[in-house]
Amino acid sequence: MGQLSGPTDPTADAHWEHNHPRKGFFTDTSICIGCKACEVACKEWNHNPQDGNLELLGSSYDNTGSLGASTWRHVAFIEQGQERIAEARESGRALVSLGMPRIGPPAPAGSAATDLAGADTTPPDTADFRWLMSSDVCKHCTHAGCLDVCPTGALFRTEFGTVVVQDDVCNGCGTCVAGCPFGVIERRSNGTVKVATSREEQHAKHPSVPNEGIAQKCTLCYDRLVADETPACAKACPTTSIKFGDHDDMVDTARERVATLHAQGMTEARLYGANEHDGVGGTGSVFLLLDEPEVYGLPPDPRVPTADLPQMYKRAGMAVAGMAAAAALVFLGGRA
Amino acid sequence: MANADCIVIQGSNMAECHPVGYQWVAEAKARGAKVIHVDPRFTRTSAVSDTHIPIRAGSDVVLLGALINYVLTNDLWFKEYVTAYTNAATLVHEDYRDAEDLGGLFSGFDPEKGAYDNSSWAYDEAEDGAIGEPAGPEHGADAGARAAGDAFGSGGPPLEHAEVLRDDSLQNPRTVFQIVKRHYARYTPEMVRDMCGISEADFAYLAKAITENSGRDRTTCFAYAVGWTQHSLGAQFIRAAAILQLLLGNVGRPGGGIMALRGHASIQGSTDIPTLFNLLPGYLPMPSAGRHDTLEEYLAANASKNQKGFWANADAYTISLLKAWWGDAATADNDWAYDYLPRLTGAHGTYETVMSMLRDEVEGYFLLGQNPAVGSAHGRMQRLGMSHLKWLVVRDLNMIESATWWKDGPEIESGELRTEDIETEVFFLPAATHVEKAGSFTQTQRLLQWRHQAVAPPGECQSELQFFYELGKRIQEKLAGSDDERDRPLLDLTWDYPTDEHGDPDPEAVLAEINGRHLTGPDAGKPLSAYTELRADGSTTAGCWIYTGVYAEGINHAADRKPGQEQGPAATEWGWAWPANRRILYNRASADPAGKPWSERKKYIWWDEEQGKWVGDDVPDFPPTLAPGSKPDPSVGGPAALSGDDPFIMQADGKGWLFAPKGLVDGPLPTHYEAQESPVANALYPQQQSPARLMFPRSDNLSAPSAGTNGVDVYPYVFTTYRLTEHHTAGGMSRWLPYLSELQPEMFCEVSPELAAERGLEPYGWATIISARSAIEAKVLVTDRMRPLAVGGHTVHQIGLPYHWGVGSNAVVSGDAANDLLGVTLDPNVQIQESKVASCDIRPGRRPRGRELLDLVSEYQVRAGVTTETGNQAVTDPAAEGIKPSLGRDGRADGGPR
Repeated sequence: MGQLSGPTDPTADAHWEHNHPRKGFFTDTSICIGCKACEVACKEWNHNPQDGNLELLGSSYDNTGSLGASTWRHVAFIEQGQERIAEARESGRALVSLGMPRIGPPAPAGSAATDLAGADTTPPDTADFRWLMSSDVCKHCTHAGCLDVCPTGALFRTEFGTVVVQDDVCNGCGTCVAGCPFGVIERRSNGTVKVATSREEQHAKHPSVPNEGIAQKCTLCYDRLVADETPACAKACPTTSIKFGDHDDMVDTARERVATLHAQGMTEARLYGANEHDGVGGTGSVFLLLDEPEVYGLPPDPRVPTADLPQMYKRAGMAVAGMAAAAALVFLGGRA
Repeated sequence: MANADCIVIQGSNMAECHPVGYQWVAEAKARGAKVIHVDPRFTRTSAVSDTHIPIRAGSDVVLLGALINYVLTNDLWFKEYVTAYTNAATLVHEDYRDAEDLGGLFSGFDPEKGAYDNSSWAYDEAEDGAIGEPAGPEHGADAGARAAGDAFGSGGPPLEHAEVLRDDSLQNPRTVFQIVKRHYARYTPEMVRDMCGISEADFAYLAKAITENSGRDRTTCFAYAVGWTQHSLGAQFIRAAAILQLLLGNVGRPGGGIMALRGHASIQGSTDIPTLFNLLPGYLPMPSAGRHDTLEEYLAANASKNQKGFWANADAYTISLLKAWWGDAATADNDWAYDYLPRLTGAHGTYETVMSMLRDEVEGYFLLGQNPAVGSAHGRMQRLGMSHLKWLVVRDLNMIESATWWKDGPEIESGELRTEDIETEVFFLPAATHVEKAGSFTQTQRLLQWRHQAVAPPGECQSELQFFYELGKRIQEKLAGSDDERDRPLLDLTWDYPTDEHGDPDPEAVLAEINGRHLTGPDAGKPLSAYTELRADGSTTAGCWIYTGVYAEGINHAADRKPGQEQGPAATEWGWAWPANRRILYNRASADPAGKPWSERKKYIWWDEEQGKWVGDDVPDFPPTLAPGSKPDPSVGGPAALSGDDPFIMQADGKGWLFAPKGLVDGPLPTHYEAQESPVANALYPQQQSPARLMFPRSDNLSAPSAGTNGVDVYPYVFTTYRLTEHHTAGGMSRWLPYLSELQPEMFCEVSPELAAERGLEPYGWATIISARSAIEAKVLVTDRMRPLAVGGHTVHQIGLPYHWGVGSNAVVSGDAANDLLGVTLDPNVQIQESKVASCDIRPGRRPRGRELLDLVSEYQVRAGVTTETGNQAVTDPAAEGIKPSLGRDGRADGGPR
């Protein structure tokens, strides 16, 4: 077993012997047009069932709500007024002033490239109202809670560094559901409706829902990656808001983009998941957000539950030792 | 668009409705372009623009006119471009009178017919004449009936000749330049504030953005869609943008232009090779009885041999089309079978056809890829019209509402129709989808892209090609042996295509026929490579002259697919663009009059002195070896008459038209009129609405009262209809798909928090919206994205209504149809309906069911006092508008258009 927390290469940790670079997404929400093509392309490719109840959710143009067993891409819509925009701009600026997240590649000391606190941050136009759109997806964490707690080995780390469920191994125990700090993975319930995948099937009566009761989540289109294809959502995205590639390149691109936006005065821009020192060792899917993560329904400080294992074992060990010592004392004392 | 420095999206929700095309806006923005969205609503497009400027629906001409005025009064127009390439210097006849002088009417208005006689708008001519049309004047009422404006899709209106009078100093008060300047003088930022609800600061921002990003070094692009077209003066909205772009020198140059964003994958293709009543392929007009009785009359009316440019050769395009359709049966002796073509005998647009159905004049109706019960304005009229048919054929992917209205439509519920009383026989024929058949799409950029068949259609589903091919063959079989003259056009039709094992014709064979071929000479039988090879002597064929070249050398160029990064900036080896694979039209204008690029940054096409020809990144849109300084005698006519500085080679005088002396039936210059229904009075003129709009004063098509008349408060709010990304138009391709239906499951209306408070509307609760035609229900989205506007001293609330849902029981999701609220009032140039702005009331709760729904609608009508006369006067105030009061006409009960 590899490391349980902190920066690491998850593929190497999983003992893949070849040299595949880790793959991942960079979702740049600043150019998302909210078309939901990613949601549809994902469901189409993965034959996921319909899971909406066909009523307005009451959340702007979002009628999906959240990621789940049958929804592996979810576009959030958030309407904000002037006050909130100002706060976001200020909180983003503060992040840079504090030096986190790091903007751009590490620069030589004394370089001004990383010091954007003094850049021209005249607010751009349309400051009185905005409509944020952001496509969420499984984070494919460096330290994946779902994988670490899976008792059957159904979840595994692929050669691309991603985390995938093997449908035929999963027994539906649901341990992983509690293990994910993002609430991504879920068991497919029977409230979903199988959708015809061909026109012949269209009028068939109640076809059975695939993988019912089994834990399901984004596979980062594993079946496409092995064929050297781009994942369906990234392929369908018309504005390149969803980018796909080598994880390191994605993180670099993301950092450059934040720097560009800050230089344009959009100090509300910040990265999510690009910090390998966070509670999940950084994520395979990184995001550029324009407000605090909570605004998008993302946990501000995600932490993989197994990160505490060594300490827990240590404490448990200490407890065991203590109890053994106590028992010994009692035994010895008894004899005395 | 990727090359633009500033993009103004107005009358379009591009990111939502054209998300794939929007990648080029995203690219321009990434390169530093400014993107401005002008729209009544804050949409997903606004969300990714630099600025959103809210505007009152239907007031766009005020804004565009004010921008024109700003450019002219601040001397920001592109002088060399405007003087050389537009008709700014051309003199207009002295009989012309502007709307500014006649209370909102241009000279020549005929109150009897409610239309213009446009002869006074003509160019001046030496010796006191005026340059007319080659076949003599056509009254606006007749031109409107045949929607003649549609015929200018590939070339401009014809002129007798191009020997115009010019004043290159632009000082003569009768120059187009001075006329335009005077016309827009009252279109000020204050007028914009008071009519559009746009602050002076927002106007200044917009004006600065477009002028700072225009000129030699920079270009600005406009994009519009049906938010501009679907108005009673829709064509004039676009004309206003054309004037502005010509003044700024943004036509024919990279990053310039006015992008007409078409709404479906091949809707451009369906006007090029039309499914319209008034057009033949390549924008040749459909012949009209009386005006075009003989081939000679038809050809003379379409173009004069004495005008400039390539439209002068319209005879070659016409005769090549007749040869393509009737082959050997088309001979010089029978005028190339010209008499086989049907003739228009009146107005036969889609809305007039429905009214004919109601008069029991139409027996049968084919609906192909169309769901008018949901998608057309005034859905009730559409459905009731269909109930008068003997037979109805619906070919679609799904059992759409237009195929089921007879059993579960809104009129069954209201009791107006009873299924057992309906005698219409409805046939549903399943259709193949776009992945189940091969063929081409022609998209918004005029680009033909080939599409291969991915899977075979299931069951009895057929391609359109196969359906029509078989239908044609069966009709020919039934008529075989007939000696009736009227059967000759069908029997003589060239109708022979190779088919595959399923009987599906080879679409490449059709493309080859469209492209055309040589019939005689050494190349007989070979495909043509350019439309300039077409002849009027029967030696060539072409099913659509503008597409000639797509099959040059027998190669399907629509299937060309060289990736963009492997070729030049115009990517001419990806697909094929009409005409002649040209990516930017009129690109001669990308160089200065001497043939040099305006700037290094905007270099595109230029004159190469050494080679003696035009060269550059694209196919030059100019006679290839016509030198910049050439000044041939304009009287020679045709392409040979073009000067070296006549970039607009399809216009009769080679120039871009700021002022349109011919072609438009509702005025030579765009001028602001209010919509058919408006709670705001026209602050510019006593004339409230466009006087030449096509009205249908019928008891089933009542209009809400406009500002200044009694009852205006009964329908106090403005509504506008639109689409969402998640659905496709009337829903036939989306509401049957669970993946799309779950993303936008229910019909809703969008209102501001202020309006919600005023009417007591609960967020995500129900509301009923009532117009003078109908009432519908919708869930309520209360959002700051809808903003009340301060207009002329009072607040105008606008309500947004997506139009994707319909009443039926076959789709995954259904709901009330927004289009049921609309009436039928049309733009007279092209007969498009006014569906982007109308009046309504809104109140909380669901609508009544059954008979009570009709009672609610009529209770409102009675309260507002509306009659068939309401809103249906051509001239609002004859005494104030240069019309003798005695000539003003009263409204007319149920009748035809006025």
